[in-house]
Amino acid sequence: MFSGLGDKLQATLKKLRGKGKLTEKDISDAMREVRMALLEADVNLKVVRDFVNAVKERAIGADVLESLTPGQQIVKIVHEELMNLLGGSTSRIAIASKPPTVLMLVGLQGAGKTTQAGKLALSLRKSGRHPLLVACDVYRPAAIEQLQVLGRQLDIPVFSISGNQNPVQIAKQGKEEAMRQGRDLVIIDTAGRLHVDEKLMQELKDIKAAVMPHEILLVVDAMTGQDAVNVAESFNSTLGIDGVIVTKLDGDTRGGAALSIKAVTGKPIKFVGMGEKLDTLEVFHPDRMASRILGMGDVLSLIEKAEQAYDKKKAEELEKKMRTQSFTLEDFLDQLQQVRNMGPLDQVLGMIPGFAASKQLKDFQPDEKDLKHIEAIIYSMTLGERRKPEVIDGSRRKRIAAGSGTSVQDVNRLLKQFEQARKMMKGLSEMGKKGKNKFSF
Amino acid sequence: MGFFQKLKAGIEKTRQGFMAQIDALLSGRKIDEEMYEELEDLLIMHDVGVTAATNLLRDLRRLVKDRKILDGEGLRLLLKEIISNSLGEKKPLRLEPGTLNIFLVVGVNGVGKTTTIGKLAQRYKEQGLKVMVAAGDTFRAAASSQLEIWAERAGVYLVSHADGADPAAVVFDAVHSARAKKIDLLLVDTAGRLHNKSNLMQELGKIRRIIDREAEHSLREVLLVVDATTGQNALVQAKEFAQIVPVTGIVLTKLDGTAKGGIVIAINQEQKIPIKIIGVGEKISDLRDFDPQEFAEALFEK
Repeated sequence: MFSGLGDKLQATLKKLRGKGKLTEKDISDAMREVRMALLEADVNLKVVRDFVNAVKERAIGADVLESLTPGQQIVKIVHEELMNLLGGSTSRIAIASKPPTVLMLVGLQGAGKTTQAGKLALSLRKSGRHPLLVACDVYRPAAIEQLQVLGRQLDIPVFSISGNQNPVQIAKQGKEEAMRQGRDLVIIDTAGRLHVDEKLMQELKDIKAAVMPHEILLVVDAMTGQDAVNVAESFNSTLGIDGVIVTKLDGDTRGGAALSIKAVTGKPIKFVGMGEKLDTLEVFHPDRMASRILGMGDVLSLIEKAEQAYDKKKAEELEKKMRTQSFTLEDFLDQLQQVRNMGPLDQVLGMIPGFAASKQLKDFQPDEKDLKHIEAIIYSMTLGERRKPEVIDGSRRKRIAAGSGTSVQDVNRLLKQFEQARKMMKGLSEMGKKGKNKFSF
Repeated sequence: MGFFQKLKAGIEKTRQGFMAQIDALLSGRKIDEEMYEELEDLLIMHDVGVTAATNLLRDLRRLVKDRKILDGEGLRLLLKEIISNSLGEKKPLRLEPGTLNIFLVVGVNGVGKTTTIGKLAQRYKEQGLKVMVAAGDTFRAAASSQLEIWAERAGVYLVSHADGADPAAVVFDAVHSARAKKIDLLLVDTAGRLHNKSNLMQELGKIRRIIDREAEHSLREVLLVVDATTGQNALVQAKEFAQIVPVTGIVLTKLDGTAKGGIVIAINQEQKIPIKIIGVGEKISDLRDFDPQEFAEALFEK
């Protein structure tokens, strides 16, 4: 999903990374490529224009944090704008205060309304609702039977009136039936129709008037092209939709329709269909989707986390300690824990300026387990030992190894690594004094 | 209503969107860079796609220079010429009388495969052929029932198994039954599948192998059904399906929406698979052979 778009965007943004300074031209060039990538993904042209302008404006004006490269800042801006495009925060189904909550699914032919009706019923039943499915597609051959089969598979009741060709009546009686049975959720499946078909659109209006649905959800195929926004706008202006379900997002579509609809109609995407099976309807999270598009959810949250962890005062203290060579195992532990809180180690390490490039620390590539051992070893030391590791002799090593459940070799390795780190820091701080490279965590 | 009128009426919405905007853009304008850019945007807005639009514009610029065209009207005619040339020749469905002909119908979910089969069955039945349909979509709930209703309407033979059965087995039975009944045309329905699901694509490969093994040289057409509202993903669909089954033609459905048909131009340009059939409405008679020249005429008719 979105992989094609993600690859293209990432390739473009990668060019920006690693550049020490970005010019307006760099950004303009990159934005041209971003524009192409979005258009090829079927994002609506108008939406693309607004998006590119918004990113450009912010990128040119952005203050670039010292500890991050400007390219990463652009990635962050693109990510945030993507999130805005997708709807900002997660939007859920509003449950009516007085049951039953009535949901009505509408859309073009073949978008996947009937299937989504089943999926939605299952998903909402999981959150404690008691759904009734109402089969109002009287036009497509075997559409009602399809819903009935789904209902049987899910063990969810389906209301239909055989031989009745009036969807308005079926919907109305379906709602009454739900009240009678004490069902607190009604999901109405309607026939697929073209948004330009006035007669059938009127029918939807009539159903709406008859059952007063709490939410009308437009079902849209993720593979829809530029027309997606016309369809959405049309359904919205005729019926007033409350949200969107994007289906077939598990294909390799670049999902431009999904990206455009919120921007154009202002209506949030509430669910996405992610597979053939009935339990594959997911609540839509704009932030996660934006991350997925850029294929860098972890890295981005790491940027955030790094920003959060970036404590200037602490960093200055640390720098001073390193200069005066008073960096202790306690500080070492502190640093390790901070790093560990930020997420997957190798990525975090790579992000810390000066860390990945350091030859001295090339062999210092602990995995999570090693880190736990290191922590245990340090915890098994006395405060005095942590502050002055020089005092740790053979017998202390044995004690520490026994206390931490490790071996003397492990303790030795840690002490060696610590010594290396201390040396490296001294080296870096000397470089800093010469003004070549300001070191800060 | 003649076909031309029907087609025109069917793609009226496309025309209104596409051509009205092109007319508005071109009429009384001088040909300059800004206009080219707006034209490119317009083509992209109609699902022609960035690559195909760039190609069209490149040809357009060259010919405008060569032929010394100065005004918008001249450009319009030129655009029509380029588009209708790019759509190629008319390619009807291949049927050999007196033998078993098999059409395999494939595509992603919800494009209108079953409906297309229903309409094709009716069409060939009316032409006096002995037609059978095979319900190869055993996955979607009630898909065989849907085909059954179509078969009843058209009065053609139907082979179907229970839901969840192996579609290759359905096809195997259908081929043998078709042989025994001396059927002229066997239409094989398949479940919609996203082209990036390799296990489902493998299943399609198996269906094809069964057909090849049980009825050698009978597979006349492998039709990929594409929804006209699909965007650039249609190109990927065409490519991916063609890798598993030898797609011989495209059926473009739902052209009666505001859907652009712009993808027609993209598919023709980037894939060498011809469009053979288009759907312009709900009725059985609304499924038509695709005639590129007529299509271009209808598209550019004032």
